[in-house]
Amino acid sequence: MLKGMMKTKLFWPIIVLILILVINLFFDRSFFSIELRNGHLTGSLIDILNRGAPLILISIGMTLVIATKGIDLSVGSIIAMSGAIGAMTVADTASEGSGPLWMAIGLSLIICLVVGGWNGLLVSRVGVQPIVATLILMVAGRGIAQLITGGQITTVYYEPYSFIGGGYLLTLPFSVFIVAFVFLMAVLLTRKTALGLFIESVGSNADASRLAGINSKNIMLMVYMFSGLCAGVAGLILSSNVMSADGNNAGLWFELDAILAVVIGGTSLMGGRFYLMGTVIGALIIQSLTTTIYSIGVPAETNLVVKALVVLVVCLLQSAEFRRKVFGIGKVKPTGEQKGREGVTLS
Amino acid sequence: MINRLSLDYKQLPLVATISLFVLMFSFGSLRYTGFFSTQVFLNLFINNAFLIVIAVGMTFVIVSGGIDLSVGSVIALTSMVTASLTMEAQLSPFIVVPISLLVGTVLGVIQGALIHFYNLQPFIVTLAGMFLARGLSYMISVETIAIDHPFFNFMANSQIPVPGGNFISISVVIALIVVFIAMFVAHFTKFGRNVYAIGGSEQSAMLMGLPVARTKILIYTLSGFCASLAGLIFTFYMLSGYGLHANGMELDTIAAVVIGGTLLTGGAGYVAGSVVGVLILGIIQTIIVFEGTLSSWWTKIAIGALLLLFIVLQRVIVWRSEKKHANG
Repeated sequence: MLKGMMKTKLFWPIIVLILILVINLFFDRSFFSIELRNGHLTGSLIDILNRGAPLILISIGMTLVIATKGIDLSVGSIIAMSGAIGAMTVADTASEGSGPLWMAIGLSLIICLVVGGWNGLLVSRVGVQPIVATLILMVAGRGIAQLITGGQITTVYYEPYSFIGGGYLLTLPFSVFIVAFVFLMAVLLTRKTALGLFIESVGSNADASRLAGINSKNIMLMVYMFSGLCAGVAGLILSSNVMSADGNNAGLWFELDAILAVVIGGTSLMGGRFYLMGTVIGALIIQSLTTTIYSIGVPAETNLVVKALVVLVVCLLQSAEFRRKVFGIGKVKPTGEQKGREGVTLS
Repeated sequence: MINRLSLDYKQLPLVATISLFVLMFSFGSLRYTGFFSTQVFLNLFINNAFLIVIAVGMTFVIVSGGIDLSVGSVIALTSMVTASLTMEAQLSPFIVVPISLLVGTVLGVIQGALIHFYNLQPFIVTLAGMFLARGLSYMISVETIAIDHPFFNFMANSQIPVPGGNFISISVVIALIVVFIAMFVAHFTKFGRNVYAIGGSEQSAMLMGLPVARTKILIYTLSGFCASLAGLIFTFYMLSGYGLHANGMELDTIAAVVIGGTLLTGGAGYVAGSVVGVLILGIIQTIIVFEGTLSSWWTKIAIGALLLLFIVLQRVIVWRSEKKHANG
């Protein structure tokens, strides 16, 4: 029973998440308590969910990109762009109607789709390596976001805009519903249709998939567009939460956190397999780590060191060579997948 | 004949880079008064000496088919270590400088060993290194530590006159020495040839009996050392240690190397190209300063556009050489 549990990809991430949450209990007895205040559920757990929402969103998009053996470095910049577009659209509005709100949402999401499509075209049609193709937008995108906001932090005084990232629905933060919706859509589309299989097959061998009749190029284009869309929604949540547009710092280093979340969740950077649930848990681990470090009272700067160590441990546990050396030769059977990995570097 | 042609293909990005630099410099000279002077050209070196040094280290990493994201943070950590050892521990520079140089070197050895022995991806390992180095520098101090020490003041302020009434800084001399050593290492030593071989195909390199393990670890050690040296130069330049120093510098470095004509797939590229790549980044900033009305974010957009240009150029080269292989 235990052995079967340990074999699932979710086992270690869940253990780590529980461990981090339990550590909190030692420092704060009321960590797990959730109470109803003013019709809103409040508590540390809700806080983690609420603050983790943008990270979970972009991690879901990133998972599908990584499943096709790609990577999307531009999500942080797309967050900045989407937040900037959204906030600047409603910045001068003083009315209470919901018209400008829809326009802001529509405009930023369309532009994020286009931007994601640009990444996708470079990767699938021009044949640029994903890490380079998305590097272009990672650098230029932040410049564009600063261009939109004029390099300043613009404050929004339009009340309905705050609902996306700061509103409540059925006592829960609204952002949690957005995340749940995107997650369910992604799971349904990839696990209940053949799409997930296509993505995994493109990730393990794009040429073979094409010969087998899968339109590899369009699958790749699609995952980058999806990742762009997720980043766009995350950008709206972040900018609406603070009611401002900040081209310089919004979404800074989010791409790295998202990649971490995906890797911690058990999805290999080599592509071919993906675990959406694992990614969500990975993102929650990163968010609770941050919350824990704040609540324990350790200087916030330690966060980075802890993160680095967590990444290393998770990567080492996933490395077949490491497990062979540490846990003995008998336990790891050399499989075809591991053989294929030898001598392959990320390029 | 075919041999000469294929050589041309490999050098095409480098030729394109140099022409672009000349083009941008002439554009600036025609448009702004006072742009066309030796000192403006030398200032490119003075202001970007640290970037040249890390770009040299990064060139080796990228030629070998890897990537090193930790360099920016290593600069911050080095500046922090240097500042705190000098100002708080009151140590002499003769002890401080070697210790600071060790910081990046040790991190590089660890990263290289992890990448090679556990078959981890360079991207993830150096990402962890990036977090670690930045976190450690914050743990030393969250505040800026200003350096006021005769040795550092001397390194920062002394000007070396060059013919024509112009000057360069000591950092430029260090950077140029690094460049020349790196060019020698890349093209005239066994280690250099091994790096290119691993970048071409790691499996073939292993089958040929080349010391892949040693070379790979050395590559990341070299990059770490260069990052630390760049950190020292950066400290001379800023005269302070701060955990936020060189934030995002790794991207500038990668951009400079790519613009310099190094293929990101590995196996082809020149140290000299990366130096020109750094100069191009420098000249974009100079033009923006001279223009006066343009804001700093145009730098980012310009770098992005240039990256796109060179990446598409690289793709075209690869396509044409593939076609040639198919025909021949």
